[in-house]
Amino acid sequence: MGRLQWPVRLREAYVSQNLKVEIDGQTVEVPAGSMVMEAASRLGLYVPHFCYHRKLSIAANCRMCLVDVEKAPKPLPACATPVTDGMKVHTRSDKARQAQNGVMEFLLINHPLDCPICDQGGECQLQDLAVGYGGSSSRYDEAKRVVERKDVGPLVATEEMSRCIQCTRCVRFGQEIAGVMELGMIGRGEHSEIVAFVGQTVDSELSGNMIDICPVGALTSKPFRYSARTWELSRRQSIAAHDALGSNVIVQVKQNRVMRVLPLENEAINECWLSDRDRFSYQGLNHPDRLTRPMVRSGDGWVETDWESALARAADGLRQVIQAHGGAGLAALASPQATLEELHLLQALTRALGSESIDFRARQTDFRADAHRQGIPWLGTDVASLSTLDRALVVGSFLRKDQPLLAQRLRQMAKRGEINLLQVIDEDPLMRVANRMTVAPAQLADALAQVVRAVAEKLDQPIPPEADRAVPGAQARAIAQSLCGGESRAILLGSVVHGIATRTELVVLAQRLAGLLGSPFGHLGEGANGVGGYIAGAIPGPGGRNASTMFSQPAAGYVLFGLEPALDCANPGQAMAALHSAQFVLSLSCYAPRPGDRADVLLPIAPATETPGSFVNTEGRLQTFNAVVHPLAEARPGWKVLRVLATLLGFEHLAFDAIEAVRTALPAAQSIAARLGNTIEGGSYPAPSGQSDTNGAAGTVQRIADVPIYATDPIVRRASALQQTCDAIAPRLRACESTLQKLGLTAGASARVRQGEGSTVLAVELDATVPADCVRVSAAHPDSATLGAPFDVVQVEAA
Amino acid sequence: MSLSADSLKRIDREIAKYPADQKQSAVMGALIIAQDENGWLSSDTLAEVARYLGMPPVAVYEVATFYNMYNLEPTGRFKLTICTCLPCGLQGALAAADHIKARLGIDFNQTTADGCFTLKEGECMGACAMAPVVLVNNKRMCDRLSNEAIDTLLTELKAKA
Ligand code: SF4
Ligand code: FES
Ligand code: FES
Repeated sequence: MGRLQWPVRLREAYVSQNLKVEIDGQTVEVPAGSMVMEAASRLGLYVPHFCYHRKLSIAANCRMCLVDVEKAPKPLPACATPVTDGMKVHTRSDKARQAQNGVMEFLLINHPLDCPICDQGGECQLQDLAVGYGGSSSRYDEAKRVVERKDVGPLVATEEMSRCIQCTRCVRFGQEIAGVMELGMIGRGEHSEIVAFVGQTVDSELSGNMIDICPVGALTSKPFRYSARTWELSRRQSIAAHDALGSNVIVQVKQNRVMRVLPLENEAINECWLSDRDRFSYQGLNHPDRLTRPMVRSGDGWVETDWESALARAADGLRQVIQAHGGAGLAALASPQATLEELHLLQALTRALGSESIDFRARQTDFRADAHRQGIPWLGTDVASLSTLDRALVVGSFLRKDQPLLAQRLRQMAKRGEINLLQVIDEDPLMRVANRMTVAPAQLADALAQVVRAVAEKLDQPIPPEADRAVPGAQARAIAQSLCGGESRAILLGSVVHGIATRTELVVLAQRLAGLLGSPFGHLGEGANGVGGYIAGAIPGPGGRNASTMFSQPAAGYVLFGLEPALDCANPGQAMAALHSAQFVLSLSCYAPRPGDRADVLLPIAPATETPGSFVNTEGRLQTFNAVVHPLAEARPGWKVLRVLATLLGFEHLAFDAIEAVRTALPAAQSIAARLGNTIEGGSYPAPSGQSDTNGAAGTVQRIADVPIYATDPIVRRASALQQTCDAIAPRLRACESTLQKLGLTAGASARVRQGEGSTVLAVELDATVPADCVRVSAAHPDSATLGAPFDVVQVEAA
Repeated sequence: MSLSADSLKRIDREIAKYPADQKQSAVMGALIIAQDENGWLSSDTLAEVARYLGMPPVAVYEVATFYNMYNLEPTGRFKLTICTCLPCGLQGALAAADHIKARLGIDFNQTTADGCFTLKEGECMGACAMAPVVLVNNKRMCDRLSNEAIDTLLTELKAKA
């Protein structure tokens, strides 16, 4: 397969020139190196095509785009013909039409023409173009080729590969966008087939995009298959609710049910892509676990009741807590997936009840920066600029899994620029990496300090006090060397930094590094509304408890919003203990409680598809959306539930009658930018030293607890197809050879992990990507829900 | 099944012919070497070559399936490929093929019960003037094959097996 890269090279060669070309009588000027296809789309002219995709390299193998170029003896492919000055092109002349019709006839020779039973029917490029360029009947009576069906995993269906027209878009997508070639075209000529390697599945976290770009019905969506016809679906715009990017989506709805989610193109955010998490999570929306009626605790279980009595009981419970313990006895914790409006009302209600203990940063453990931060933590730059950086340093991120599309942008950047990783697991980010340094979580701050010091020395600048104990090693110096080059740079902090106990040190060090380099620094972001929570004021005020202290110093009453505390809190063991000892727990939730959960009243709220709302993404962009379907059964939008609760408790000023009224109480979109800022001023943060604090007792190691990509929130955890992928395997205890030996463990056997009061037994797996003296035990799963903070020490023994 | 040190050394020689960051250019040579060692290319062997060259396994699979001379199934000790294209066909290649079939008791794409011979049909080998032609194990070209010449060839190979 020829994968032509020459447009780029040509562009470099003649970059200064502009060329004039005439297409169908209209003249347009394009930069040298442009293809006829690009020039035509500038003029708004459509040239039929299949293999061409503007985000992929040029393959020129479908030949559908043949056009008539004056003075050229044969028709030429528009997608792969560079424009020359004065070129005259006809896209609809007899010669062009004849060529296009001919190609279509060839394409249809082996195509099964099974549109009536094809999932792609109605949204198929081949079907559409066959109407314009195909014959009304076929001249071909011979047997058509048959391609065997394949199975490449739970998301992408490859059942009808006879429909494939060998455009290789899916193959190029893997190589160029997903960063891993999982599909390939084997065989030759008539025997070509798209396959995954023998026995392998397509595991990319961006795999669903192959379904979108496949111009025919060869690759279809397994979860959506045969559940609706495209013309039966109404399309509604919305915002994806699972990561900090806020991808724009089209939600397709039939009979008040979400049937499918597709990307809505927005170059500034998700481009034309969507992560599998945002695409397939909709399956969790109508899961049988959905809480369809309010419930109240009775004995050891819960019974359903009506809204009126549940709300009355909720108000009573809250009142009793306040009476017995004062406002300070109450704490509220929301999910960072909650909307801006919900978070605003929740904090207003909590404050009206006399408590300043409100938070939404459920997975954060270090809040020392709260007293000193100068603004709202954010990305520090805009999302689109990530693709064009020259240098980047990513600190403590499970990049691909945490932020699939931000990772995609950095992957594009890494083709030109240099990306450096400071990480706790040596996983393949599927991009070119200039330098990587893998250390145990407790050493992360020291590693960053080494880089800071190395950069300061290199630039002949004073060494910041936070880095003066660091002794830069060869890797730190290599990273520093890389960071000092290039023009545009950024330092990005990931989910490990978010959850680690040395978060503040890391942010301050990143700030020093950014200061030295004159570059932005920021947080990749946690949750769909990680910035919005601050905007809404859902953070503790003076004397209030934060997401960590509200459990370490238990409160008498809790309000939980959209959370499953055993899976969504940084320290689930501690959180569950505090909840169980509380006097009263009110949970507003989309899902029924899990065994072992504590809640006295459960109010069914609507997920983001069933309520209007807004998210502020990690670059500070406010995006507002409407409900795409009605709430399921008796569930109600969270903002309405909070409003009614506020009224019952006598807070008339919170009795907003419309979502717009809530929004007027919120800061306007324009004022958000001014409030963003990652800088920390004041406070003292001793320079980290390279010494580890775990070489104490035998069997004590550091835990590395990632939140697996399909375990991030209650909806995703119930999306059945995502749960069948290899990313959703239950947590194991993963460690490298030397650590296993030290702990006396054997791969395949099981081990007991103790952390705080909790312990669990897990299967042991040998994993060379885990640094020495660490074990990787993922969080957000029932099997590890009794354990504690994500990057703390644990005791391990054979079980 | 993994490749011998000797094969890996030969693959290293192939790799050395290309720039250090373009190891994958050695894929065809590496597959030939692997096939010479094992007689055919199992998916394990393909995966091993992929790992060695730092390529996605499916990309190696693409190459291995593109070219007919890579055996993706076990073959006999000697793979006999006879050209049956038109020019050869006009000069007795089909009769020669029939003779081989009769002598070995197998048809095209079959292997003798003793695992000694596999018979394949091939495309033009650029030796039309010397038809009929047979290629032994992709390497040794035998031309102007009369029935007697075929018999001699088969006896010779059988003795080596
Ligand atoms: S499966 Fe679809 S995208 Fe892939 S080559 Fe075939 S037609 Fe193109
Ligand atoms: S679109 Fe130009 S050849 Fe396929
Ligand atoms: S046709 Fe047989 S070698 Fe050319």
